[in-house]
Amino acid sequence: MKEFAPIAIVAALLGAVPLLVHSNVVLNFLVVALMIALAGQGWNILGGYGGQYSFGHAAFFGTGAYVTAVLQVRYGVNAWLAFACGIAAGAAVGAVVGGLTFRSGLRGSYFALVTLAFAEVLRILASVAPITGAGVGTLIKLDLRAQALQFQSRAVFYWVILALVTLALLITRLIERSRFGAWLTAVRENEDAAMALGVDATTVKLGAMVISGAITAAAGCFYVQYFLFIDSGIAYGTWISIEALLTPIIGGVGTVFGPLLGALVVKALGEAAQAVTGDAPGLDLVVYGCVLVVVIWFTPRGLIGGISELRGRFGRLAAPMREIGHG
Amino acid sequence: MAEQLLVVDRVTRRFGGLLAVNAVSLSAAEGRITALIGPNGAGKTTLFALISGFLKPSDGTVRYCGEDVTGEPPYRLARRGVARTFQIVQPFAALSVRENILVGAHLHHRARSAALQAAEQVGREVGLADMLDRPASALTVAGRKRLELARALATEPKLLLLDEVLAGLNPSEIRDIVPVIRGLCGRGITIMMIEHVMQAVMSLAEHVFVLAEGRVIAEGTPVQVAADPAVVEAYLGHGAAAKLGAAHGH
Repeated sequence: MKEFAPIAIVAALLGAVPLLVHSNVVLNFLVVALMIALAGQGWNILGGYGGQYSFGHAAFFGTGAYVTAVLQVRYGVNAWLAFACGIAAGAAVGAVVGGLTFRSGLRGSYFALVTLAFAEVLRILASVAPITGAGVGTLIKLDLRAQALQFQSRAVFYWVILALVTLALLITRLIERSRFGAWLTAVRENEDAAMALGVDATTVKLGAMVISGAITAAAGCFYVQYFLFIDSGIAYGTWISIEALLTPIIGGVGTVFGPLLGALVVKALGEAAQAVTGDAPGLDLVVYGCVLVVVIWFTPRGLIGGISELRGRFGRLAAPMREIGHG
Repeated sequence: MAEQLLVVDRVTRRFGGLLAVNAVSLSAAEGRITALIGPNGAGKTTLFALISGFLKPSDGTVRYCGEDVTGEPPYRLARRGVARTFQIVQPFAALSVRENILVGAHLHHRARSAALQAAEQVGREVGLADMLDRPASALTVAGRKRLELARALATEPKLLLLDEVLAGLNPSEIRDIVPVIRGLCGRGITIMMIEHVMQAVMSLAEHVFVLAEGRVIAEGTPVQVAADPAVVEAYLGHGAAAKLGAAHGH
C-alpha cells in the first residue's frame, strides 16, 4: 500500500483546490492542465516506460473525442456510455496501429513517423467524412445535467478530470509494480536482451500501446464533454500530439508523476507568457520550445529526474557534514 | 553416454554470398559443459544466434529436448529453458542490478515478491550481492559479465549458452568466475560455451567442438583437440602444424 500513498496525497491536495479557490479562470486553467496531463500519462506508458516515442497520440485523443461526440449527437447514445465507448475506441486504434507497426518491426524514428502519419490520415479523413461533421465539426447540445455528463459548476468538471488523472496514476503505478511493467522497461532498455530473457517484445509493446491509447483517448472524451465542440484540427491536430509527449518529457519520462508535473509547469508558463505579452499568437509554443531546451539541457530525465538528482547530491553533501557533527 | 539435450544438424546460414555457418552438426550432452572454440570470424556467435532463435537457419535443423525448435523466436526458446548471454554485454543500463535480474526471474515468477526473492538469490550466487541496488551502468566489465550470467540464470534454464563470458576479464577475475560456472553444471544445467580463454576451456569442458570458416574441423576432449594438427593450422595458418612438429623433433 505504501507505494500508493503519494498518489492518494496528491489527489487529496488537488481535490481540495475548488473548496478554497472559486475563481473560474483558475479552475479552467487547472481543468485544461489536468486534461493535458491525462493525455501525457497515456503517452508516458508507451513512450516513458516502453521507449516507443509516438509523434501521433492525436490519433487516440481525436478518436476518443469524435466517438464520444458522434455517438451522442447522431445516435442518441447516453453521454456516459459514449465516453466509455470513446475510451474503448482509443484502445482499439492502439491495437490496430500497434499491430501494424510493431509486427512490421518499426522502431525508433520510423515508429515515430508512422504514428505521425496515422494521426494525419485520420485528421484528413475526419475533415471530409460526413459522419464527423466534416469541415464544420460536431457540436454537442448544451444539456447541463449529470446524466448528460455536463455540469453547471466548473468544480465538478474539475473533480471528474482529477478522478481520471488519479485513475491513470494508479494504473501507471500498478504497471510499474507488475511483471508487464518489468518486461516493458526491459524492452525499452534493450529489446534483444529482453527477448533472450523470454520477453515477447511485440506483444508487450502492443499491450502498452492499447493502454496508452485508451488513456489518451479518455482525455479526448473529456475535451469534447467540456468544450462541447470538436473538429478535425482540434481532434487530430499536431498540437495534442506535441502536448502529449512534451508534458512527460519535461516532467520526467517513465515516472508516475512526470506528466502531471510537466503539464502543470508547461501550462503555467504558457499562461504567464500570454499574460506578459498579450495575445501574440504562437507565443506559448515559443515558451514550450524554450522550456524543453532548458529542461533537456540541465536534466535530461525531466524535472522529477532533476529533483531526485539534486536530492542525491545534497544527500552526499549532508552525509559528511553529519559525520563531522557527530565527531 | 549422456542424453543429448541439444542437437544441431547440418545447420547452414548464408548472408548474401557469405556462408557464415556451413552445414554444422554438433550436440551438447545433458548436464555437461561443451565448449565451442575457433579463430575469430569462424561463425561461433552466428551459430549461437541460430540456436537461440535470433537468426533463422538457411538450412538444417536445431533439436532441443528431442523437439524440432528450428527458427523458433528467442522468447519462446527462453520459455522452453534455453538462455544465452551476449558476447557484447547488453545490460538494461538505466535499471538497477536487482531490476536487471528481476526481468529474467519474472519468466517463471509472475508475482513481484517471488521474482524479487529469486533475483536476489541468483544475484548472490554469481557474487553480485553487494551490487544489487547499484545501477547496472555502474558495474565494471567483470560485474557486467556476472550480470549477464545472473539474468540468464534467473530464467531457470536447462541449457545455458555462454558467449565469451570470460573475455575481457583479468586472470584473477577468471579464477573467480570459473568455479561459478562449474557450480552451475553441478546443479544440472547443461552449458555450451564459446570461449577463447583456453585455460578455462581445458579445465571446464568435457567435449570441445572447433569451428573454422563456418565448419566443424575437429571435436573431442580438450586434450585431443589441442593436439589435432587441423586445429593448430586453423589458428596459426597453413603448414604451421608441420613446422611445429619439425621444431619439436629437433
